[in-house]
Amino acid sequence: MTATSTDVDSLLGRVQQLLDEHPPATTDRLEFLRAQYDAGLAWVHFPQGHGGLGLPRLQQLAVDEALRQAGAPTNNPRSIGIGLGMAAPTILAFGNEEQRTRWLRPLWTGEQVWCQLFSEPGAGSDLAALGTRAVREADGWIVNGQKVWTSMAHEADWGILVTRTDPDVPKHRGMTYFGCNMHDPGVEVRPLRQATGEAEFNEVFLTDVRIPDTDRIGEVGDGWRVATGTLMNERVAIGNASAPREGGMLGMVTQAWRDRPEARTPGLHADLMDLWVRAEGTRITGERLRQQMTAGQPGPEGSAAKLMFSDLNQALSGLLLEVLGEDGLAYDDWTMRRPTEVNFSGARSGYSYLRAKGNSIEGGTTEILLNIVAERVLGLPGEVRVDKDQPWKDLPR
Amino acid sequence: MSGPVVASAFPSLLHGEHEQELRASVRRLLTDRAEWRSVLARTESDAPQDLATWQLLASQTGIAALPVPEELGGAGASWRETATVAEELGRSIAPVPFLGSAVLATAALLSAGETQLLAQLASGERTATLAVPLSTWPGSDRAWTVTASGSALTGTVTSVVDAREADVVLVPADGPDGPSLWAVEQFDVSPRTSLDMTRPLGDVTLTGATGRLVASGQAARTAVDDALTVGAAMLASEQLGLAEQCLDTTVAYVKTRFQFGRPIGSYQGLKHRLANLYVEVTRARAVARYAAACVAHGDPDTAVAVAVAASLCSDVAVLAAEECVQMHGGIGFTWEHPAHLWLKRAKADQIALGTPDRHQGTLAGLVELPVA
Ligand SMILES: Cc1cc2nc3c(=O)[nH]c(=O)nc-3n(C[C@H](O)[C@H](O)[C@H](O)COP(=O)(O)OP(=O)(O)OC[C@H]3O[C@@H](n4cnc5c(N)ncnc54)[C@H](O)[C@@H]3O)c2cc1C
Repeated sequence: MTATSTDVDSLLGRVQQLLDEHPPATTDRLEFLRAQYDAGLAWVHFPQGHGGLGLPRLQQLAVDEALRQAGAPTNNPRSIGIGLGMAAPTILAFGNEEQRTRWLRPLWTGEQVWCQLFSEPGAGSDLAALGTRAVREADGWIVNGQKVWTSMAHEADWGILVTRTDPDVPKHRGMTYFGCNMHDPGVEVRPLRQATGEAEFNEVFLTDVRIPDTDRIGEVGDGWRVATGTLMNERVAIGNASAPREGGMLGMVTQAWRDRPEARTPGLHADLMDLWVRAEGTRITGERLRQQMTAGQPGPEGSAAKLMFSDLNQALSGLLLEVLGEDGLAYDDWTMRRPTEVNFSGARSGYSYLRAKGNSIEGGTTEILLNIVAERVLGLPGEVRVDKDQPWKDLPR
Repeated sequence: MSGPVVASAFPSLLHGEHEQELRASVRRLLTDRAEWRSVLARTESDAPQDLATWQLLASQTGIAALPVPEELGGAGASWRETATVAEELGRSIAPVPFLGSAVLATAALLSAGETQLLAQLASGERTATLAVPLSTWPGSDRAWTVTASGSALTGTVTSVVDAREADVVLVPADGPDGPSLWAVEQFDVSPRTSLDMTRPLGDVTLTGATGRLVASGQAARTAVDDALTVGAAMLASEQLGLAEQCLDTTVAYVKTRFQFGRPIGSYQGLKHRLANLYVEVTRARAVARYAAACVAHGDPDTAVAVAVAASLCSDVAVLAAEECVQMHGGIGFTWEHPAHLWLKRAKADQIALGTPDRHQGTLAGLVELPVA
């Protein structure tokens, strides 16, 4: 399904109308973003009434370009990546109408920042082993437990939270999914410093946190299905950034190569050209993936794209330090900081090298994604499972 | 007849009994004084180097004196024993001026036939370093950046290892009288922020400083090149120790970490990679031993042995550290686990004293395999 020119014309007409009614130069930023949302121009593939027009996803590009040219403000997508990439599709797919109306608009405008409260110290790859308990009370739930590696929890107003509601059934069945208000007095966020020196992620302690039943997303006991939906979106989000030729990490390496004739050796040149070809191949794969999604055929390639992305980012940032030689021995700043946005690669050489190490861990490790490709895509037999049919409370740990 | 030099008989590639004892005493002391948490805390303190531990190592285990002949105040052992110590220091990443003082400066002085400072370094009473950027490789034709005019030295050398706490720097200089190597006590160091937090680098600046001549002419060039060659050989052993540490720690972790109701080490996706890493470490151990033995006895195969060891061990250490981070999952990416310290050391060591491709470039010449 491709967009006809009339579709695009009428879409651009809508954009013009938005711009006429809310001239960016004289309109408050938030007011403009809300108007853009209400006009269905936030994410055109979302349904009408929730920031979209039910159009193919790719048409958003034309909208964004027209708005950019008109000097319209943006919702700073990088600072709300988890909300846009993971919480929003989940709320859309599994939330009820009231929740969509309440959560999606402030999520998109950036008024409410979301984080992802999934991983626990004992449950990372094996997310379904998680033990944060939600217990039913009169008109809602009481939650106790600990989450970890929670990116941007220190900035967040809401978290997508998976909990255990029934420990007596096998692990995949006894989970329930919520939107968790991070301002609840029972939520404590402690910074967790990472290899780069800063603290992008956190430990989150949940102590008698009260969650109204109206913030439950999906059915009681159906949390695994909802969480799996979120994770599919996460992997697409991480692997899906569109880039020009020699964009991203590759651009940093090619620039270093062009700027530093004295660094060139036959060995590094062979590495560089090999990675150049792989990066270009990955870029084109990303393009094809976007076309597939637009055409409404999202495939398992999302996992493949994330694998390519993390592999390349690591290889390129490692090569960059070798090309930089003496400068590769330096780092800019180890000081503990709390960033306000997730940056999967960074723009400084030493930082990029270290940060890229997280790419094969966050959003499902490389090993887990390879298992998914092997088992769900290629249909290979799974590992011998010892934990599938036992009640969660009896699992070996 | 043309063709590459072929080693006829191999020296011992094992660790002798004496080396094992030395290893045990160094490890005991480092376990006691350089536990990784204290090493990490020190990186953000005002004293990034642990000179007290260095002096203890020197006085109790004699590690700075190993390659120095007894008649010059040394222990009369050899670079082989120093290499064994390097393995242990690679395991512990203790921030001591081993590479600068006990390896680079000591090797340069030995090559130049200097004896006075050599004895002081051997006892650990003073420390020194060789003023070259740490990324310099043996055989590099990069110009020296300090100029000698008479015995007055001026210029800056960037990214010098172990400079900040050094009492003396050995400065290679160029000037109207040709190349020369000087021992200098008046110098400024401006610290750099290093990727390897446990090995501080600094820029050394001399402004008309007076030096004591250590070597001149070709002898100065040879002293620097010998030091870099010995340095690359010792670094290979450090990389070996670091790789072993990463492998051991990871193997222990995957046996106890459960996911999906099983120890993660039971998954072939990890198991085979760890077995593969063991294979790589096995090869690294052999070539690191061979390079150490070659420099210890001035073997004619030294240049090839060092190029091979530097090239293999650099990459094995990086692989081991990267696998260590990956197989620990989220915890491996935190500040609160030593994996990041090992990763930073491994990556910096890969660049230090020549990246693998520089050593392979040297090797290509030695074994007559031109690139085109
Ligand atoms: C930078 C960063 C940001 C993150 N942000 C968030 C966040 O915002 N919210 C959140 O909830 N989580 C977040 N995470 C956590 C991340 O999702 C987990 O770290 C990840 O799922 C791995 O879990 P783990 O750390 O417990 O490692 P483990 O699951 O213990 O894995 C350890 C090793 O074992 C391997 N392994 C496990 N099972 C298998 C198997 N069956 N076969 C083969 N190998 C296996 C893994 O691949 C890995 O190499 C973040 C992590 C990082 C590094």
